[in-house]
Amino acid sequence: MNGLTRGSAAIIGAAESDIGAVAALMSPIDLMAQGIHRALEDAGLTLADIDGVFSATTQARTSVMSLLEYLGLPDAYTDSTIVGGSSFEIHVAHAQAAIAAGLCSVAVIAYGSTQRTVGRRGASPREYNPYETPFKPFLPATAYAMAANRHMHEFGTTREHLAAIAVAAREWALLNPAAWEKKSLSISDVLNARMISEPLTVRDCCLVTDGGGAIVMVSADRARALGAKAVYVLGCGQSITHATITSMPDLTRTGAIQSGAQAYRMAGMTAADIKVAALYDAFTINTILFLEDLGFCPKGEGGRFVSGGHIAPKGGLAVNTNGGGLSYCHPGMYGLFLLIEAVRQLRGTCGARQVANAETAIVHGNGGVLSAQATVILGNASTL
Amino acid sequence: MPPDSRLTKDSPLTTYLAHLARGELAYQFSPSAGGAVFYPRVIAPRTGKADLEWRVSKGLGTVHSTTVVHPQQGEPYNVALIDIDEGFRMMSRVEDIAPAQVKIGMRVKFRTHKAEGDEPPYPVFTSAEGAA
Repeated sequence: MNGLTRGSAAIIGAAESDIGAVAALMSPIDLMAQGIHRALEDAGLTLADIDGVFSATTQARTSVMSLLEYLGLPDAYTDSTIVGGSSFEIHVAHAQAAIAAGLCSVAVIAYGSTQRTVGRRGASPREYNPYETPFKPFLPATAYAMAANRHMHEFGTTREHLAAIAVAAREWALLNPAAWEKKSLSISDVLNARMISEPLTVRDCCLVTDGGGAIVMVSADRARALGAKAVYVLGCGQSITHATITSMPDLTRTGAIQSGAQAYRMAGMTAADIKVAALYDAFTINTILFLEDLGFCPKGEGGRFVSGGHIAPKGGLAVNTNGGGLSYCHPGMYGLFLLIEAVRQLRGTCGARQVANAETAIVHGNGGVLSAQATVILGNASTL
Repeated sequence: MPPDSRLTKDSPLTTYLAHLARGELAYQFSPSAGGAVFYPRVIAPRTGKADLEWRVSKGLGTVHSTTVVHPQQGEPYNVALIDIDEGFRMMSRVEDIAPAQVKIGMRVKFRTHKAEGDEPPYPVFTSAEGAA
């Protein structure tokens, strides 16, 4: 019970900014503004319609302040919740609440990052932690590696299972002209790639790209009045179980169990009702954990579930159809791109990678080191 | 009561490091929370009570998970999560064996890695396989 009403808000615009490797000296706020411009065009609205601004990036401590200045919107309602890559799934819930409460009527949610240009350390400097930093964990990879090793120990998951996720993501990416990776990838390519933090090789880890984007949200009534290509927010949930991997309550059970349950309850749905899954794949182990924790397979079965091309194109479940953080784009906080892809699938505009009869999508964001879990369930008009 | 009488004399981290400098692995115990608390804090999680008591661990634990980090430059090294017998988990590394030989379930024993220059002391572990 979160107080939000199923289907009360809709996403009516969604767009990436430039992604991949952007022009020299572009700023994160430039990319947010470019994403907003394109998302407004997609929604059939203009900047003057916006009265709510939501944003997050690791490269600007007060990003929403910078963005209001840039856009010239001093009176906008604002929210800059930042809990890593899932911030934008939380922004969707907060925007839905703000719209329902009358705090704003047209909300944009924006992200921008020039991580590839400035380097990962420059984009996201690590805070010193006296209980972890002395041991030089290569974060975030080391945290996910320890969750992966624990999953392998408890459930017999193998490196080949993990590799199957990277291969499926690459096959989807080859169907997406906007994806960073353009060459095919095999299981043995993944296994033999440069080791980062065992058992994860560089191909088990997300890309390091630039990128940004925005989505536009309004009330369902406003969406209908505008005649917009609307995608409705059916369910939301969040659970933030820890900040450091040392304090994660159980390395093989994430807060997606709770955030997913909240979102499914609000939507009146289960995993069986979902046609498209957008799961935050910062590392291959993520996809296994979230398939399990969101109810697509029993706990411990994720490795076997993804084998044999089951989540690849033409498989049993469409997962990360844009190619994911592993092969499409990952500027550091990937959650906004999950929402953009789900909107496109539900509108039926995905071309070669379009999922047939895509009426429902689950978007699952992950922030920190499996720390901040946030789920959004979206549906087209037929699901209302 | 003068207001500054409520000022905390030592931060949780200062107390923890002072124990480490003496070769002790300290943790807190909260009667209200009914268990060990780590990392050290000023109030107990969940209960919110300021009932944290300092205790010294026997220094024995079990590897809960482990990884070998392969830096772009330099030798691969171990990072591990250790479940200490008194009921708390911490990050550390297991020394004196090859990093790939550190296994989940391995019994390990604490020792202090002494302060060096500006770097405070920190806890590391060695294999205690075969010991109690």
